[in-house]
Amino acid sequence: MTHPVVPIKTYAAVFGALLALTITTVAVSKLELGEFNFVAAMTIAVIKGTLVVMFFMDVRRATSLTKLIVGAGLFWMAILFVFVLSDYASRGWLPGPRWF
Amino acid sequence: MGDSEATLAVHEPGLKHHFDDSAQQFQSSTLGMWVFLVTELMFFGGMFGGYTVYRNMYPDAFASTSHFMNVPIGAINTGVLIFSSFTMVMAVRSAQLGQKKVLIAFLIFTLLLGCLFLTLKYVEYHEKWVDHHIPGPGFQYADTRYFHQAQILFFLYFAMTGMHAIHMIVGVGMLIVLISMAARNRFTQAWYTPVEMIGLYWHFVDIVWIFLFPLLYLIGHTK
Amino acid sequence: MSTYLPFARTEARTNYLNADYGWKSWLFTTDHKRIALLYLFSITAFFFVGGAFAVGMRVNLLTPEGIFAHDTYNKLFTMHGIIMVFFFLVPSIPATLGNFLVPLMIGARDLAFPRINLLSWYLYMIGGAIALTAIVKGGVDTGWTFYAPFSSTYSNTHVILTAIGVFVSGFSSILTGLNFIVTIHTMRAPGMTWGRLPLFVWGHYATSLIQVLGTPVIAITLVLLGLERVLHAGIFDPAVGGDPVLFQHLFWFYSHPAVYIMILPGMAVISEIIPCFSRKALFGYTFVAISSIAIAVLGFLVWGHHLFVAGQSMYASMVFSLLSFLVAIPSAIKVFNWTATMYKGSISYETPMLYAFGFIGLFTIGGLTGLFLATLAIDVHVTDTYFVIAHFHYIMVGGMVMAYLGGIHFWFPKISGRMYPEGWARFAALIVFVGFNLTFFPQFILGYQGMPRRYAHYPPEFQVLNVMSTAGASILAVGYLLPIIYLGWAWRKGPKAPQNPWNAKGLEWEQSPTPPPTYNFETQPVVTEPAYNYSGESEEVGIG
Repeated sequence: MTHPVVPIKTYAAVFGALLALTITTVAVSKLELGEFNFVAAMTIAVIKGTLVVMFFMDVRRATSLTKLIVGAGLFWMAILFVFVLSDYASRGWLPGPRWF
Repeated sequence: MGDSEATLAVHEPGLKHHFDDSAQQFQSSTLGMWVFLVTELMFFGGMFGGYTVYRNMYPDAFASTSHFMNVPIGAINTGVLIFSSFTMVMAVRSAQLGQKKVLIAFLIFTLLLGCLFLTLKYVEYHEKWVDHHIPGPGFQYADTRYFHQAQILFFLYFAMTGMHAIHMIVGVGMLIVLISMAARNRFTQAWYTPVEMIGLYWHFVDIVWIFLFPLLYLIGHTK
Repeated sequence: MSTYLPFARTEARTNYLNADYGWKSWLFTTDHKRIALLYLFSITAFFFVGGAFAVGMRVNLLTPEGIFAHDTYNKLFTMHGIIMVFFFLVPSIPATLGNFLVPLMIGARDLAFPRINLLSWYLYMIGGAIALTAIVKGGVDTGWTFYAPFSSTYSNTHVILTAIGVFVSGFSSILTGLNFIVTIHTMRAPGMTWGRLPLFVWGHYATSLIQVLGTPVIAITLVLLGLERVLHAGIFDPAVGGDPVLFQHLFWFYSHPAVYIMILPGMAVISEIIPCFSRKALFGYTFVAISSIAIAVLGFLVWGHHLFVAGQSMYASMVFSLLSFLVAIPSAIKVFNWTATMYKGSISYETPMLYAFGFIGLFTIGGLTGLFLATLAIDVHVTDTYFVIAHFHYIMVGGMVMAYLGGIHFWFPKISGRMYPEGWARFAALIVFVGFNLTFFPQFILGYQGMPRRYAHYPPEFQVLNVMSTAGASILAVGYLLPIIYLGWAWRKGPKAPQNPWNAKGLEWEQSPTPPPTYNFETQPVVTEPAYNYSGESEEVGIG
């Protein structure tokens, strides 16, 4: 509301980058990289998500409060993942069925 | 937080009476929308967590089911959604500039892309239906070693994409409301908050798909 | 009434209660104070429904053989838990007192989103109606925890309907939390800085964080549970490769922090009552404020202590056990600071203060037994016994319900414009305290001796303690019915309340008429002093 209008050029560039990254991620998935397929796919997805959040959702120019909320959301999501997965990951440390 | 007492008396158009001024009102709407998006993030987060657990528990079954994902449709749909995010952001930009006709055009464009996404999603679901890959009593799986595990993974596929599709349908409904509001000249250069808020929602749904696409369609072949 | 008082406030002044009449003016209101009253009445109704099931359980446990069939007993404790947790405790203080007071305390005319506030009451009622429908149709027997695979595969009761009810009411909780967070951020009056916010508001801010961050996870968990029950794909069924522990992880990711949704608003109320009746500023304001946020954050890191015997990895259990101990620190900070506030204060013993005393003692017992349960080895011994039941009832009933009643009495003059009968109220507070302890203290002993929870029958040697517990429950029931009667009487016939009967600090007492007008304040409030400035010191002291 208070920010100056973003030039179409910027939005178009982000759009182009997102399309290019989509093609890249499909192309990379055809390669046999073992575990790195996952790493590559997730890295590209994170880059794409960040572009959308920063430019389309304008968090780049948002107040620090909005940035804090976005950060808090990601942090709590990380809590969920880290603690749930640490249970499954460490179950195999004792003799018994391996989950990971 | 509130401004001087003088602002109490001045009521700008579109301003609800319990706010001091439209800056406070806009700040509240934005904050509210972002908090809502965080709840959405946690909502999908539960499913992404479950997905991660089972993907690591049953990598072989996961590799087996990933051959039944329609990668071309998934990729095209990713492009469609990214395009719709672009048209959405252009709609917000037009609202900001007060270009009513351009705003409506971009909103309709976004709406059509959303419908295209849902149509392609329907084609994919229909494929799964024909192949008996819908979890439940009718579920069949060619590789009988993985029957149960594949059913769990297809369950997660349908839960995640289905929940995403429901969010798309809600988004499409809200776009229709926006188009009708824009047609009735409800938005001005000074007040177009709903366009911006629905825009945030639309981008969020796009981001969910940006993660769903590689997780469900792309990785797994090689594991 | 007809006495001529030359300086009395004119009777004709409009307030939020007489601004408008008729059922439409209530059911379509967007006034946060009226919505708070809608919540107050509906929550009270659910409290007595949930209480009725508790009566059934306690009657059954009078004798070792019981009087109900096992299936009936399973339904009784399940529906007691579901109604009390999701339809009473979670919304109790935030949706009634919080709804009423947060805007008043920060000097706002309403919550940021008044229509969403009304929507959240309707969602609560729809969710409640669905859950009640499930009860009328025959109930549900899974325990309030909905553990899979029993709930997803084997139970023959109305699991899906109940889950939908809880799901819908969850959105009510999310919307209330969202509304509070936005309101507290954007609607504070001039001069109401974060360092001057009443601790009631800090407590509700922390509560709202949990509601917003935790509730969506249980929502999606219940969706998955419902789908699984329809499709039987096996996602939580170990017989076909699913993992029931995953359900427990997702369930407790919300439901453990939900315990803090229930207790933080209680602490918030106590933080208001104690300074007022000690005539002293709250000791260590900053620490109490930050400890609320710390409880909200740490509360999300401890859920695994519900899974110690569920097949969770031993290493994860150790980490969760250690983290659970950490929550004791901010909780203890609060208790110590309340005590220090009373030290050398001029304490008076009005009813709200009696409830506050009860809260501190009972919450401390509940909190300390929580540390026993966080200890891995002890937990293995007392898991699923009455020790656990006693522990969380000391927190939820001894803590939360005490604080709720204390808050209702403290702000009753503000809400109704009338005074309640002090003698009856003190008597009821005493009855509640005695009845509560007689009900639940024997359960600590029962649990330690090994009586398991959720069984309709028990060995005869446990009978004495169970009879004591049932006797206590009937005293407790009287204690809960009394306030309904005398508060209902006082609402119509009680003496008119002055604007600030307790001579308390805070915008809601000092700058808003009693009862408040529709938009809360007649002039824009301005804050010039720190919270709880009972000593009347200069404003700069205590802010730094």
